[in-house]
Amino acid sequence: MKPLRCLGAFSVCAAFGFSLACGGGSSSNSSSSSNQTITPSGTNVLSIAVNSGPTGNYPDAAFASVTVCIPGTSNCQAINGLLVDTGSSGLRILSSALTLPLTQQTSNSNPVFECLPFISGYTWGPVQTADLQIAGETASSVAIQVIGTSTTAPTSCSDNGTADDTLSTLGTNGILGVGLFAQDCGYPSCPASANLYYECSSSTSCTPITETAAQEVTNPVALFATDNNGVIVELPAASGPEATVTGSLVFGIGTQSNNALGSATVYNADPSTGNFTTTFNGADYNNASFIDSGSNGYFFPDSSIPGCPTNIAVGFYCPNSTDNLSATNQGISVGSGMVNFSIANAVTEFDDDPDDAAFPDLGGTATNMFDWGLPFFFGRNVYVAIEGQSAPGGTAPYWAY
Amino acid sequence: MLKLQAGFTKSKILATLGVLGCLFAALPLWAALGGDAATVQADQVHLQGSLRTIAAQEYSVQEIQSASGTTVREYVTSSGKVFAVAWQGPWPPDLRQLLGSYFDPYIKAARAQNSSRIGRRPLAINQAGLVVQIEGHPRAYAGRAYVPNLLPSSMQVEAIR
Repeated sequence: MKPLRCLGAFSVCAAFGFSLACGGGSSSNSSSSSNQTITPSGTNVLSIAVNSGPTGNYPDAAFASVTVCIPGTSNCQAINGLLVDTGSSGLRILSSALTLPLTQQTSNSNPVFECLPFISGYTWGPVQTADLQIAGETASSVAIQVIGTSTTAPTSCSDNGTADDTLSTLGTNGILGVGLFAQDCGYPSCPASANLYYECSSSTSCTPITETAAQEVTNPVALFATDNNGVIVELPAASGPEATVTGSLVFGIGTQSNNALGSATVYNADPSTGNFTTTFNGADYNNASFIDSGSNGYFFPDSSIPGCPTNIAVGFYCPNSTDNLSATNQGISVGSGMVNFSIANAVTEFDDDPDDAAFPDLGGTATNMFDWGLPFFFGRNVYVAIEGQSAPGGTAPYWAY
Repeated sequence: MLKLQAGFTKSKILATLGVLGCLFAALPLWAALGGDAATVQADQVHLQGSLRTIAAQEYSVQEIQSASGTTVREYVTSSGKVFAVAWQGPWPPDLRQLLGSYFDPYIKAARAQNSSRIGRRPLAINQAGLVVQIEGHPRAYAGRAYVPNLLPSSMQVEAIR
């Protein structure tokens, strides 16, 4: 080891990405709303349901249906059982659920494919364009990902882990990503070095490409003619495990009489990461916290809560009795408030009634992040304002609740 | 995006870094978990990144900043063995490359999960011979993997990040 030079401590801090940001204010109020209104049907309202999903074994996930059409035609297909996901952006549909021949996107006359890494796996398949009908909203020529294909995933994709390309591995017919971002990868383009987009000259030869924002798989909401600046996820409170909880996904924020921001507090997110900050148990999860309807529980580090002992609920917490906890969320520059939540024994909850799918007190382990998953949404209308759009109450991207 | 442990203060950081000695060297090393850093050649081309090494008393940290914006850190014992890897950034790094011979056991363990209840959540594999933890969402992923019995005696796992 050749000692070369010693840098100052602050350089080291910067190199390691340590943040010395002060934890910031301790503003007070708990945010659970007692006067929540679930918006009834309307042209900008998509019905959503927390149930066990297409595979019958998916806890704490909200599902919805959209209609996809071959661009410029009335040749359409309704796809149900799509996971409503505020943690990603863009529509993805399992090829096994899609019978319609959509339009293939090309690059240098070769078909374009996408590899989107998720936690332990990835989705791989062609990028195709479709006209979408979602509730009464429409969007034309939307780039979507079709998951599952006979074209072999390149190793730079498959090295992400396991392929989530079937109903049994994905657990849904697809993912309706309605998160903070307009594109799934980035603006003004997704670099080839990200290994997300590829052009495939044959079924075994795919090369990473730079994909422009206009070509990327896109949050459909951002492409609506109106009501395109975000969504509101509205799920009523659940007092305990239930088989089904129904609610609404409302399009637009402050664009109609039924989607006003009202008294919701705005918490802005980092425009690069889509994270904000949570303080829990004296630790700051600084730019490492997020609100994600696509995570099926509250996930956070707490070494005092026992993990579940069996493979029935691996990754979940199994306290001896329900833990009542609280944490403080803080926007990157605006918004602060306390959240009360509870963690119940996941095995007990799962075993109590096999038909139950909505669990308001489900949680599990994380390492250095705080993930406000689907249980956070019960009893709380959560606003998701899309980057680059004008939205009331603050600068997007933001969450409000 | 990385956070300090609760209770850390600036003075503690400065003291800790002072003890570590903060030695930097532009060593072209790039190894996989469990591999031998002295015998494994660099593959910076693979990550299209820049690399630096930070030396501590019982281990050193090799840090690669990849072209896609993800930071990879490899923790190497004084005898030259990679005992931990960690990453953070918009997209995960190549895990087969990073985990080396532990990649296949990782895949096997990951597939063994979700057996009765499916879902999307952070991944935690806690085996006697291998720990893998991955979390986040598109544009903000983090993860780490380590071999518990290779950890230096003074190493706190919280420092692997």
